Amino acid sequence: MTEPNLLLSLTNITKRFGALVANDDISLDLREGEILALLGENGAGKTTLMNILFGHYVQDDGIVRVRTDAEGMTTLPPGSPGAALAAGVGMVHQHFTLAENLSGLDNIRLGTEALLSFGQRATARARIEKIIAVSGLEVDIDRRVADLTVGEKQRVEILKALYRDARVLILDEPTAVLTPQEAEGLFAVLRRLAANGLGVIFISHKLGEVLAVSHRIMVLRAGRKAGELTTAEADRRAIADLMVGKALAEVTRTPGSIGKALLEFDNVCLGKPSTRTALRQVSFKLRAGEIVGLAGISGNGQTTIAALLSGLAVPDRGTLRLYGQPMTMTSPRRLVEAGVARMPEDRQHDGVVGTMSVAENIAIEEVRSPELSRLGFLDRNAMRARAESAIAAYDVRCPGPDAEARLLSGGNVQKLILARVLEREPRIILANQPTRGLDIGAQAEVHRRIIAARDRGAAVLVISEDLDELFALADRFLVVHAGEVAEAGPADTLDRATIGLMMAGQSRTTEPLAQ
Amino acid sequence: MSLRLDPREHAPLPLRLLVSLLAGLVALLLVAIPVMAAGANPLDAYVLMAQGAFGSMFALSETLNRATPLILTGLAAAVAFRARLWNIGAEGQLYMGALAAVLVGSGFLQLPGPLAIPAIMLAGFLAGGLMMVIPAMLKLRFGADEVVITLLLNFVVILFIQMLIEGPLKDPLAMGWPQSVPLVAEARFDKLIPRLRMHWGLVIGLVAALILWLMVKRTVLGFEIKAVGENKAAARFAGIPVDATMLKVALISGGLAGLAGVGEVAGVKGYLSADLSPGFGYSGIVVAMLAGLSPIGSVLAAIFIAAVFVGADSMSRATGISNYLADLVVALSLLCVLVGSFFLRFRLRWQSRQEV
Repeated sequence: MTEPNLLLSLTNITKRFGALVANDDISLDLREGEILALLGENGAGKTTLMNILFGHYVQDDGIVRVRTDAEGMTTLPPGSPGAALAAGVGMVHQHFTLAENLSGLDNIRLGTEALLSFGQRATARARIEKIIAVSGLEVDIDRRVADLTVGEKQRVEILKALYRDARVLILDEPTAVLTPQEAEGLFAVLRRLAANGLGVIFISHKLGEVLAVSHRIMVLRAGRKAGELTTAEADRRAIADLMVGKALAEVTRTPGSIGKALLEFDNVCLGKPSTRTALRQVSFKLRAGEIVGLAGISGNGQTTIAALLSGLAVPDRGTLRLYGQPMTMTSPRRLVEAGVARMPEDRQHDGVVGTMSVAENIAIEEVRSPELSRLGFLDRNAMRARAESAIAAYDVRCPGPDAEARLLSGGNVQKLILARVLEREPRIILANQPTRGLDIGAQAEVHRRIIAARDRGAAVLVISEDLDELFALADRFLVVHAGEVAEAGPADTLDRATIGLMMAGQSRTTEPLAQ
Repeated sequence: MSLRLDPREHAPLPLRLLVSLLAGLVALLLVAIPVMAAGANPLDAYVLMAQGAFGSMFALSETLNRATPLILTGLAAAVAFRARLWNIGAEGQLYMGALAAVLVGSGFLQLPGPLAIPAIMLAGFLAGGLMMVIPAMLKLRFGADEVVITLLLNFVVILFIQMLIEGPLKDPLAMGWPQSVPLVAEARFDKLIPRLRMHWGLVIGLVAALILWLMVKRTVLGFEIKAVGENKAAARFAGIPVDATMLKVALISGGLAGLAGVGEVAGVKGYLSADLSPGFGYSGIVVAMLAGLSPIGSVLAAIFIAAVFVGADSMSRATGISNYLADLVVALSLLCVLVGSFFLRFRLRWQSRQEV
């Protein structure tokens, strides 16, 4: 068997941002019909590398070559997305680049040909339908993109790339927004496309799916190539170690002892009923000593539940009971004083004030408490002392208490927030996407802290899009879909497929509801 | 070779001082060009300016007299800008403060002597503050742009004042001049030194700067203003009352501008007229920017701007060059400090580019 043709070749790519070396001398080859997984933690340099390939960034060093005809490879001029597109490189970004008010068909043609031209539309339709038949990317291209599901939008994006004769398809974290079932469907499509000779680069930080779909795996770590291996010979553990660069201790958990309900949603409704994020008659309880995992595809009401638990909103109808008492007035400060620890979903945007110091950010929720201020005057020494002990206890890597918070990495910002909210020994904890974007080491640390808080008797709600994380943490599952929350039952009675179906909106009928 | 920008992690205090200083110097250098075009030697002109501003006790007094309202309007802009509340209405707030001082202190109300000055200060502070609280409330409630509202209110206020001093407040003894009835003697600020125009308003400005500095550095309110200004979402999430903080800032900012108006009426003119302020409110924005929004810096920047104006007047008398040069210096120093603030955020680096 002869080796398939080389499609793409990156040689010795180096890219620096200031002092940070985002890509350090990385080389990569992609052949026809191959699915290459680019695996690495956040900040490992995956997206930077692909942005160089696609011409969004100009590399400091190295060459990108692409096959443009049967004979040979052409060097792409740096920093020219147009050249990359013309050479048959297609990219599907994590955040879609579709015009919501146009049909799928027009979105696919957009940028390639004039939308109002006569005749071309029919030709285009015929071509797209042929691509759909070959690839299995089933989607109604006459519907407005705004009316499509996330999975369908992604298919339109892929069709757009194929319509432009892409021979190399780059997918940046394509499964982040999909249910497990939708992800399976995507993998089937990718296999089919690869069988037809397309080269695929699949960027991910999830081990499981990389093993499921790829032929070859390249692991990046801190901007360097940490290893490259064929999927057949790969094993989970070895890849995880390659990604982090050290052997990881598994987070262990023992069953907790469950106490009484500390927080109760009773038929809570909030938001315009026509929107997906509005809550419809939501009822559930958080009990002491229990971690409840809230699964769901993003944009189904999680943000609204988090806003209620953060003190940023009150129910339109229904009751929210805190320690058995209905909450009528709310504010973040009331909840903080009532012993609710809140970890925001977007920790850089809502969690810290970047230009304030680490000490100030640790103090910010309680700056009016008698420990930190008196008669309106700050006790800077107390703030500094609290920061120093928090930095030590939570291993916040920073130059010191006076360093500005914007200088901290994502993981350290999250540790700072953990230190801020957990030091008070809260009774209720809202952990909204607690490890999104964190590396595996920091993830384990955050999980350990959350489990420790539960063991101390706190009631925890974990909202996450990462099912692996929920299975690692949760004692009990809730699933949110289109603003309705369904009880899924204790974690040990559930598997990913069941949760996945519920996330897609199918109610669970085979088993009795828990409680 | 190519030029590259790297973001700075931190802008140290000496660098920030240097940027403000250089901004002033570069502005003076640039203004040398029109000075030469006007047929004068720039060096001579600047020496005359410096003498006019600082060369004698009288000159110094005139400069500090001019700096007094600028300190207060500069602080007004600095405290608001720190909270990202864009108060462009210090001019109108100044006039409202002056109006309140006249209403309270010109004998309509029978005030016991020692209470007169505190009363007009409080009235001026509240009147100026209210002029900023209203736009801030509109911003919080309806998302109305405070830049537009405060800027336009300046013109509304001036017209309102003109109406009053041509009508109900007109001084019948002013021989037809459009000016208000005067303050009673007890409500006037004393001069700091006999026969010089410097008055107690300067001390009020300096004390206000100190209080503001203390507030920024040491108080919970200063902490909350910083958090709200730098990241409103995070401040709200952390439980800081964002709206209440904004309204406090608005009251303080407008109040300080109002005090500037009180000082001009009680310390300089003695009555309210439509030419009370030659744009002190607008110059306050330049003062705050030159000072990098620092309260102490605002005092120094106000003295610099005042010296430019006073010095330019005196130079103009000696050389015949128009004193509009002062406006040019002030405008250019604002532009220079804006350019300079870019270098506080980034550093420039030359790097050799390897062609691929």
